[in-house]
Amino acid sequence: MSATFVGMPAFPVAAREALANSQQRRNLAHATSTIRAKRAAVVAEVDDWEQLRLAGAAIKDNTLLHLDEQLLRLEESLTARGATVHWARDAAEACAVVAEVARGHGVDEVVKVKSMATVEIGLNDALAAEGIAAWETDLAELIVQLGDDLPSHILVPAIHRNRAEIREIFLRHMAEAGRPAPADLTDEPARLAEAARLHLREKFLRAKVAVSGANFAVADSGTLVVVESEGNGRMCLTLPEVLVSVVGIEKVVPTWADLDVFLQLLPRSSTGERMNPYTSTWAGVTPGDGPQEVHVVLLDNGRTRALADEVGRQALRCIRCSACLNVCPVYERTGGHAYGSVYPGPIGAILNPLLKGVGVDAQTDSLPYASSLCGACFEACPVRIDIPSVLVDLRAQVVDAHRPSAKPEALAMRAAAAAFGSGARLGALERLSGLAGRLLGSRGRTAPGGRRLLGRVPGPGAAWTDTRDLPRPPAESFRAWWSRTGGRDE
Amino acid sequence: MRVALMVTCINDAMFPDAGKAVVRLLHRLGVDVEFPAAQTCCGQPMVNTGYLDEAVPLLRTFVDAFEGYDAVVAPSGSCAGSVRHQHAAVARRSGDPGLVAAAERISPTVYELSEFLVDVLGVEDVGAFFPHTVTYHPTCHSLRMLGVGDRPTRLLRAVHGLRLLDLPAADQCCGFGGTFAVKNADTSVAMGADKARHVRETGAEVLVAGDSSCLMHIGGLLSRQRSGVRVMHLAEVLAATEAAA
Repeated sequence: MSATFVGMPAFPVAAREALANSQQRRNLAHATSTIRAKRAAVVAEVDDWEQLRLAGAAIKDNTLLHLDEQLLRLEESLTARGATVHWARDAAEACAVVAEVARGHGVDEVVKVKSMATVEIGLNDALAAEGIAAWETDLAELIVQLGDDLPSHILVPAIHRNRAEIREIFLRHMAEAGRPAPADLTDEPARLAEAARLHLREKFLRAKVAVSGANFAVADSGTLVVVESEGNGRMCLTLPEVLVSVVGIEKVVPTWADLDVFLQLLPRSSTGERMNPYTSTWAGVTPGDGPQEVHVVLLDNGRTRALADEVGRQALRCIRCSACLNVCPVYERTGGHAYGSVYPGPIGAILNPLLKGVGVDAQTDSLPYASSLCGACFEACPVRIDIPSVLVDLRAQVVDAHRPSAKPEALAMRAAAAAFGSGARLGALERLSGLAGRLLGSRGRTAPGGRRLLGRVPGPGAAWTDTRDLPRPPAESFRAWWSRTGGRDE
Repeated sequence: MRVALMVTCINDAMFPDAGKAVVRLLHRLGVDVEFPAAQTCCGQPMVNTGYLDEAVPLLRTFVDAFEGYDAVVAPSGSCAGSVRHQHAAVARRSGDPGLVAAAERISPTVYELSEFLVDVLGVEDVGAFFPHTVTYHPTCHSLRMLGVGDRPTRLLRAVHGLRLLDLPAADQCCGFGGTFAVKNADTSVAMGADKARHVRETGAEVLVAGDSSCLMHIGGLLSRQRSGVRVMHLAEVLAATEAAA
């Protein structure tokens, strides 16, 4: 994949471009409203949903509190089951481990299970640089890969594409990657899936090395878990001789029994299904069955930085279900690319700054502001991540990282704070604003109800008045009315 | 019971009719509401933009204004939400234990208008008369941060002459979001345009909400579209009477 998020503009600029793409907006509005309705229906059937959310949050919080012990326990269990454990501080170290395993087996291709961690670390590009092709086998990831596109959703990376576009991508690009799409391919979902199945089957049967992530890693049994819908993941997990799994360190749960909670929360929150079609679990090597060489790369890549953030660490509870994306009114309109990261939407708006740190680049610093703070994400989150509170805390970190600032916004905030310094001062300024409103002129018409409308406001205020009417400030403020009447004149 | 009106800065400076309506309504219900003139702004615009230091003096002003009341009524879900959910963090930022304690004392006394009417005064029929078709937008902070639930619509349904029409996708954010409306103006307007479309679909004469800020945004779009739909604060509808009509 040569498409890259690197160098993406800050959110407001990227969002403006995305909003102009009316086809994408229709695709997203349709897809997110469908999945929202499905999720709402299956969540409503569960009487103890709130208790499950609380349990999920508590298990994750407890684990994060003892992450060092849990990870060592996981390493011990995995090693005892015949797996080789590698520790990777960052993306480069993790990619190097995977490349070394592939090189060690002399292969020039690997098949991949859908995995956020491997997209996060840019594994496909790193392997390509070593002459190793990494084939995505998840249908949506395949669409993204063949289209030289970028993922725009955690669960459904090609959510921004409709089936006519997918047909086009298959017809044009499948041949470059292996078996071509049939020339008479239509945009019927069954025909598209068939083309992908035939294309991928060759790769499954040929590959010697597979790469996966994991949804969960059970410390006491050394079990890795992959939850999926298509069965393509299971093909990768069972057919090749060698399996390398890149697992974020926050994926650990203490015991097998803990999966009970998460395997209820995850499918209902993500695909809106009571149960997902395929749940694969494996612990190390089973002689004569499945991969006979198993590697697990435990990935930090900023997670310990996030763990050190008192307010933000709850983001590490995330089980990558995408419920927050699907309910987010900002995501629904801008799509995922505007967030400039493999992790888009509300969770991406907190996870990226937490993993990378704020005050370093303008794109990351723009993400905590990519929200109206409506709270729909918190309400939908199966592990109760209070995303709005984390966003607000990260905004303070962004501002603090740039103090002292002479940016117009900082000056405006200081001026506003001064204006709000006392009731008397505010009252004086309100008298001025009434005057200023009259000086700025009006639009020559009134709002329903009779208020006169302000003309175009200069400076940053134009961002408001260019698209929205604004009433003229009233001749008398509330406090002036109160001081004149004591609240008793009407 | 000593009751204070926290009118909110936006109502004070831009929408005084909403504040006057609260006063008229509470007087009618026998509440002798006071207006502490020292009040300015709860600090939410600063907090939500990341300027915590700038919010600290505002919290001091807030505490000075509202200390000692049994109840503080705010015609805003967002500002009441900011007091109850954000003042603790602002107080901690100050490093002043006195301010932390004061914020802790006052926060639970602050009610959004519909909460105060239904939970504290125990009324749903406030004796209002408003012979118009109305649709109601539940603002995000009243809905999700405070959890006011159906209190506002219970109050509206009890208004004589009023016909309440369901707003499609009512729980979707209008896109105001404070400084979001300017920092991410394009996205904000895209969200607001959908909200305005849903409002027009209802055919209602009046859009009602409990936050003047959201109404300023949706109303600004409705007005620019020459839709003819009027926006009114919940308090204005509840304060309306047959005599006034």
